[in-house]
Amino acid sequence: MKRFAALFTQLDQTTKTLVKVESLASYFSEVDDQDKLWTIAILSHRRPKRPVNSTMIKQWAAELSGVPFWLFEESYHVVGDLAETIALILPEPSSQSEEGLSYWIWFIKSMTQDGEEEKKAKMKQAWSCLSAVERFVFNKLLTGGFRMGVSQKLMTRALAKSTGLDENVLAHRLMGNWTPDTTTFADLILSEDPKEDDSRPYPFYLAYALEDAPGSLGNHSDWLAERKWDGIRGQIIIRNDELYVWSRGEELVTDKYPEYHEFKSILPHGTVIDGEILPFKEGKPLPFAQLQTRIGRKNLTKGILEKSPVIFKAYDLLEWEAKDTREWPLKKRRERLASIVKEFSSESLKISDEVVFSSWHELGIEQERSREYYSEGIMLKRLDSTYRSGRKKGDWWKWKVEPLTIDAVMIYAMRGHGRRANLYTDYTFAVWDGDQLVPFTKAYSGLTDAEIHEVDRYVKKNTIERFGPVRSVTPELVFEIAFEGINKSTRHKSGVALRFPRIKRWRKDKPKEEANTIADLLSLLDIYG
Amino acid sequence: MLLEFTDRGIYCPQAAIFIDPWKPVDKALITHGHADHSRWGHKHYLCTAAAAPVIKYRLGKVNLQTTGFGEIHTINGVKISFHPAGHIVGSAQIRLEYKGEVWVVSGDYKLEEDGLTETFESIKCHTFITESTFGLPIYEWRPQIEVFQEINNWWRQNQALRKTTILTGYALGKAQRIIQNLDDSIGKIYTHGAIENVNEILRQQNILLKDTIRVTAEIPKEEYIGNIVIATPSAVGSSWIKKFSPYSIGSASGWMNLRGARRRRSVDRGFVLSDHADWKGLNTAIDLCEAEQVYVTHGYTSIFSKWLNERGVSAGIVETQFEGELAEIGESTEKEEEV
Ligand SMILES: [Zn+2]
Ligand SMILES: [Zn+2]
Repeated sequence: MKRFAALFTQLDQTTKTLVKVESLASYFSEVDDQDKLWTIAILSHRRPKRPVNSTMIKQWAAELSGVPFWLFEESYHVVGDLAETIALILPEPSSQSEEGLSYWIWFIKSMTQDGEEEKKAKMKQAWSCLSAVERFVFNKLLTGGFRMGVSQKLMTRALAKSTGLDENVLAHRLMGNWTPDTTTFADLILSEDPKEDDSRPYPFYLAYALEDAPGSLGNHSDWLAERKWDGIRGQIIIRNDELYVWSRGEELVTDKYPEYHEFKSILPHGTVIDGEILPFKEGKPLPFAQLQTRIGRKNLTKGILEKSPVIFKAYDLLEWEAKDTREWPLKKRRERLASIVKEFSSESLKISDEVVFSSWHELGIEQERSREYYSEGIMLKRLDSTYRSGRKKGDWWKWKVEPLTIDAVMIYAMRGHGRRANLYTDYTFAVWDGDQLVPFTKAYSGLTDAEIHEVDRYVKKNTIERFGPVRSVTPELVFEIAFEGINKSTRHKSGVALRFPRIKRWRKDKPKEEANTIADLLSLLDIYG
Repeated sequence: MLLEFTDRGIYCPQAAIFIDPWKPVDKALITHGHADHSRWGHKHYLCTAAAAPVIKYRLGKVNLQTTGFGEIHTINGVKISFHPAGHIVGSAQIRLEYKGEVWVVSGDYKLEEDGLTETFESIKCHTFITESTFGLPIYEWRPQIEVFQEINNWWRQNQALRKTTILTGYALGKAQRIIQNLDDSIGKIYTHGAIENVNEILRQQNILLKDTIRVTAEIPKEEYIGNIVIATPSAVGSSWIKKFSPYSIGSASGWMNLRGARRRRSVDRGFVLSDHADWKGLNTAIDLCEAEQVYVTHGYTSIFSKWLNERGVSAGIVETQFEGELAEIGESTEKEEEV
């Protein structure tokens, strides 16, 4: 684990891409194949199953540290991260371990079968022979949610550097439904003729956000415009009469979308389509939240399928007649895609229509109407471009609509984490319902450090009541809250739930009486919900 | 009670004297020169001779009397003496004794010897008023020799890459502790003006600091390459540091113990180095002084006092409405510079 922990430290200490790739590449050239494979797996979100829940881990860590449970919880609140809290609070290790990453992954996996007492004994064994950083890494592997600050793309680049293989070839080989238990480093990465794997998708091409006016892209007739749909980016693969559905997180999600199952009898062998898994009913898209309700479910009941059906909005054609078409210019790919969708018609397969425009100005008007189409904005794609992999600047741009906003009054504040544990940084906001204030959203970030300190002082001086880390405050401060969407919600008192709420600015110019009302919020729900 | 907690600070009615008061008073005992302990506007100040020059420099013309460590001053029957707190040069715990009852006010303190500061001395007392800046079990410092090994290695690496090393620490205390423990065989030590001003004061009081060079506009940029610049925390992200490019920047502070804090500081390296006691240090100090009653101030007061009570040490929070609210605000503003 020492080498992997050292890698983690190196990655954690820099924000520079070049340095990260450098560190990873030299790590790959040093460790054995099994450790390489597990590192690739972890960096591509293939984690071992979590064998213990947080309550158990917390209790064992507190016990081993000789700290009462409440004090552990208080510390956890300050640190804000369970794996880190445990790493910091445990006593110095009594021995060392020379075992590598794979051993410890095996160790974690071995716990799945164990009873509680055995699990506890194993955790204590691990904690007492790992150093603070090793423990942190181990805890992260154990509890999941491990971010190493390295995208799959950077990892692929580093791997290319250490193996001498082409980056795109590697990106392709890394995709698919493998785990370190079902393959080896040699088979997955080094084998020149990898086993036929029909399910293997192409790497997605991702768009950059357009910061300047679209005029900066040059001649408008070089560009294709379409709506930016608010679903999950996906890839449909038909090979040898089988269907594979991939989501952008590179997960195989075929079983989650029975609506698509008819594609395998409709579309011919060797067809791969890039598009959006979009909740859609009665001729129009549904809010993203509708899709979310079915993502987490193990069993898709009839009721759910009726309430939140999906279609596939096709953007692009990546393979046709079993040949890679990504080198074709977009214009050609789109034309072929349109004719395929038409010829092999299915209720669940629709093309993402082009937005026709004859000037950037005209497109601007269309862009402002995005919400009428239940879309997030406009996508711009260069007509003569090939289909690239990953996020590369230049050919694809997303031009998002301005967020919705509402002016609201702060009524609760909560303490932050870590260095900010003494500062009130997270707030709850309310709008007027007659002379009552109804809370409707939490929001944080978006304020400058100076403003956070100012709000913090206000909170401390104007506390009405305390509930643990939360304080209710005299309603006085007004903030403009920006959000991407609004939906009906039965779980919230206000009856609405916002998508990506954040503080846009502090409205020092507005007295609290002039904040928006629940009626304003509901009218936004009527228009956009 | 020998000491009371008022809205101006800790007060001894028998001697009519305050300790580190935050509002103007007639007579003030000052533990040390940091801004949250020595404030402007009191009529009379008493502090250690070693702490005085910096306090004079910071506050200008004040009516200040000094004392040696251990010297006893009797005011209306109260015996007052100052004892090393190990926090920064001249910093003191203040002992007050009246009719056999002994109270000690810790001020800020640390137990580890740092090579510069007078070593912390444990004072037996009936009542101990302790700080609790790092009063959580997640704060445990490694011996400074290890931390400085890390710092010196980082400096060497940067030098090999032909970069300037910039390390930040607050100007009074941390900066000098860093300077004193750097391996100056690696290169030259440059200092930010605010730090060099303090260095000059300390040298005048015969403290042997390693050689440092004040950063000035006249020094050609190339001179800094491979050397180290000690700067104040406010330098991070300022235009002042641009001239040292290419550089690697680090921060030395107790808060660097947390990953989130390291990342938010947007420095390349965070070194865990504090002039305050860690969790073990606080607990050791309390055990050693054998106090029957402890009051906790300045930090994680409620958590730390609850912990002490569970351990069988009777503990309370230094609680006035003023302290309760404003100390928290102090935490979020002044601590930035000081810890
Ligand atoms: Zn201090
Ligand atoms: Zn202090």
